[in-house]
Formats: sequence, structure tokens, C-alpha cells
Amino acid sequence: MLPRFWRKIRYRYNLIGTECTNCGKKFYPPRNLCPECRRKSRIAEVELGETGTVVSFTVIHDSSESYKLQKPYVVALIKLDSGPSVISQIVCNPDDIEIGTRVRAIFRKYGEDGEEGIIYYGTKFEPVI
Amino acid sequence: MRRVAVIGVGISRFGELWDMSFRDIVISAGTEAIEDANLEGREIEAMYVGNMSGGRFISQEHISALIADYSGLASINVPSVRVEAGDASGGVALKEAYISVASGIHDIVIAAGAEKVTDVGSASEIMDSTIDQEWEAFPGASLAGLYAMMARLHMHEYGSTEEDLAGISVKNHKNAVKNPKAQFRREIKVQDVLSSPYTAEPLKMLDTAPISDGASVLILAGEDVAGKYTDTPVFIDAIIQSSDFIALQSRENILEMKAVKTAVRKALRMSRCELNDVDVFELHDSFTITELLLYENIGLCRHGEGHMLVREGETEIDGRYPANPSGGLKACGHAVGATGIRQAGEIVLQLRGDASGRQVQAERGMAVNIGGTGATAVVSIFRR
Repeated sequence: MLPRFWRKIRYRYNLIGTECTNCGKKFYPPRNLCPECRRKSRIAEVELGETGTVVSFTVIHDSSESYKLQKPYVVALIKLDSGPSVISQIVCNPDDIEIGTRVRAIFRKYGEDGEEGIIYYGTKFEPVI
Repeated sequence: MRRVAVIGVGISRFGELWDMSFRDIVISAGTEAIEDANLEGREIEAMYVGNMSGGRFISQEHISALIADYSGLASINVPSVRVEAGDASGGVALKEAYISVASGIHDIVIAAGAEKVTDVGSASEIMDSTIDQEWEAFPGASLAGLYAMMARLHMHEYGSTEEDLAGISVKNHKNAVKNPKAQFRREIKVQDVLSSPYTAEPLKMLDTAPISDGASVLILAGEDVAGKYTDTPVFIDAIIQSSDFIALQSRENILEMKAVKTAVRKALRMSRCELNDVDVFELHDSFTITELLLYENIGLCRHGEGHMLVREGETEIDGRYPANPSGGLKACGHAVGATGIRQAGEIVLQLRGDASGRQVQAERGMAVNIGGTGATAVVSIFRR
């Protein structure tokens, strides 16, 4: 599982996506081919900013093995102010979030491969107070 | 292209089949289908098998050859293809089998689906592999979590409730009582659903289809040869597969299932009928919200009105749009790769008048099988 998670680390640590400079559409996760322009795609990296709005969310009670110590935890679909949407955890009490809550990206630990294993980091969000 | 008929149906029991191995389950459905079609067996020219994850569920790849072998077809060297498209594997296998007969390449083929899930403890994690692993699963979303976000947004936008979703589960359980192959042949009440534990809010345990062992088999034949084997052929008037963005975050509106909409539109055109001509539906209720969103995306009602169909009982077995007379994935069981074939099998039984106890009077039926959160959709229309 490790290589897959390390390969895109740059995009996971920071909210960096890609943009098709031919049509102006921004992508997160990054795409190397614009679905609209296809062969005319001109792809460049773009910073997507740190703020967005919750489109929908859930509180996960029945999680996969890797997240069992964190449950219950909040996962949301967030529409970034810069355009693209992202699925991420929100670090907050489940009662402190609703559809429309404004959120900001933060850098957090996601998990680890056992006690002596590698620690995974990535972007999470927190409500803007 | 020639017309293609279903001439045989076989469905194993669905459920936790502790006493049956993968091959036992396949044989159980296969034998039933071959007997139903009055075949010797040697007439079969090819087989297509939907199987989502033999590699992870039972550490067995090369499922295609294994199934051909234990179906007794290795001695006549029949080609066998395994098809994977998440929990739409069965539907896609049926489409491939259909094409091979419609094209005239083969006269008689098997379209099958099979899954053995209870040999591992982590079946639900394996189901989660139908979502985008890098960008949905890594941040902690599960398949249930993604559908939960759709449910939450639907409730927020349109005023549907957890009781509405529970109603779908209650209906499917009620229908399953009359289906001898079903996993859960008992009625439940709305209160049972509401008091079951949350898996991903607002979805609960009893909003969720089980992950089951099971297999299902259809035998397809060209119209010109079908009459040799049966007096009650059921024709596949259309079968269409479509795709959508795999991750929810790439879709403009997470309540719009574009793969489903496209496939329905094309399937209706291909079968030269209107939605109102369809009398019975088998819909992919992996979660209660999935069935509700299918009502809207198929076009049984407008967006935002799915819960009104539930409240008015329109999708009950005696309603205007009978949905899941089999009990659906929730109560008949969800044997993943077998589900798409099982749904088609139920429609065939309904159209032949062989669905005793849960019979709907029907000329035409539709099956909708989807993979994951809707990145794959297969819509098929059958006529007797």
C-alpha cells in the first residue's frame, strides 16, 4: 500500500491540484488529462487555497481497520472557494458541523503502519470560527 | 443484430452459506439454470462470469476457468470470461454475454455471477475498494460514508427523512418473505430500522444491504434457436452500460447519477418504449438511499421527490412502480458479482409468471445494477 500513498504526497500535504490552461477548469485530485479538452489539454499545477464550504458530511461509526481508533469521526465533501471539491476529514465535534459550515485546511496525521511503522500525514479541515 | 432471449434461470440461496464453497454455490445455480432451459450442457458455447473480488474474498483468481471446469464445461473446452465492475460485475457480464449472442458469434451462452464472501472477516472493507482508494478511502470515507453524504444532502435539500429511507428497507423485507432464495425472509418495522446503530450518519445498519454468498445464472439464446428449448422465452430488449466519475468529488451534483440517467435514456430508446410501459423494477438498493436516488434518476419521479413515492406506497409490490419484488439487495441479499444476474433473473421469473407469492402482472421489466456510488450503471429492459 505504501508506494501508492507516497506518490501523490505533494498533493495530499498541500491542496495543490491541476488546471487546464486551455479551458481554465481546475481539478482536485490532480488530473493529467482534461476531460473536456482531451488532446488539447494544457495542464499546470495550481494552488487551491485553504478555505471552502461543507456540501455534505457524515459521521463514520463503522470504519475500516485503519481508522478504527479514530471513530466516530467526521468526513465531509467540501467545495473549495477556488472551485474543485475535496473529500476530507473535519477535525471537530460532530455537533459543530452542518451543511454550509465554512472550513479551513490544516495539516494533520492520518494514520500509521503499526507502532513502529511509517506515519501518514495529509490535509484535514477545521471549522472557521 | 438478432434478438436475444433468456431461456433459463438459476439462482442459489443467498446468505451466509457456511456449508458451501465458492464452487458449490456456482454449481447450485448452474444446475438449476441448465435444467430450467432443458439443455444437455454441450450446447453451451461460451460463458461470462461476474465476480468482483475472488482474489480478496477467497484468494482465488482465474475464476473464469475454475467456474467453467466445475460447471462441467472444461471437457468441451468452452471459453470463459470473468468480468469485474465492482458490484455491477454481474450486470456487465450479462451485457457481454448479450453482445456475443446478438452479434451472431454464439448461439447459446451462460451469463453468470458468483461471490463467496464469508470466508474472510473483512468483507465490508473489500466492498469499500469500489470507491477511489487514493482520494476517497485514504481520507477515511467508506462506501457507506459516501452514500451517507448523498442522503444527508437529500434530506437537507428536499426534506426527506430517516423514516422515509427506513420505509424502503421495510418494503424490501416484506417482499423477501415470499422469495424462497432470499437471505432475510422476515418483516421488519420502521422502528427497527431507526433503532439500529449508525454506520455512517444518517445511514444505519438496517439501511444497508448485507454482503452475501450467492450465485445466479442465466442462459441466453438467439431468437432463432430459443424456441427449441422453451415456450416462454423472455427477450432482452435492451441492455446498456454507462460510466461516471468514480469519486463523488468529481461530480457536479452528488444526487445526480449521470451513468444511470444515460443508460436509462439509451435503453428506453433501444427497446422502443416509454418508462410508463415498464411494469416491474429490480433496483440496486445497496443502501436505502441508493434505491431512493434511483427512483429519481431513472425518472419515476422528479429530483427531490423520491421520498414522496415511498410515502405514497408507489413502489410497493401493488403500487404503480413495483420495485424489488425479490426483496432487493437489502433482503434478498447482495452477493456482489452475482447481484446483476440475480436482478435480471427475478425480472425473467416475473415476466414468465413464475414468481409465485410475489407475482406482479407484467409485460416489461427493468433491472438497474450499479457499481460503487454509481460510476458504473447497467440498465436492462426485458419483455415476455
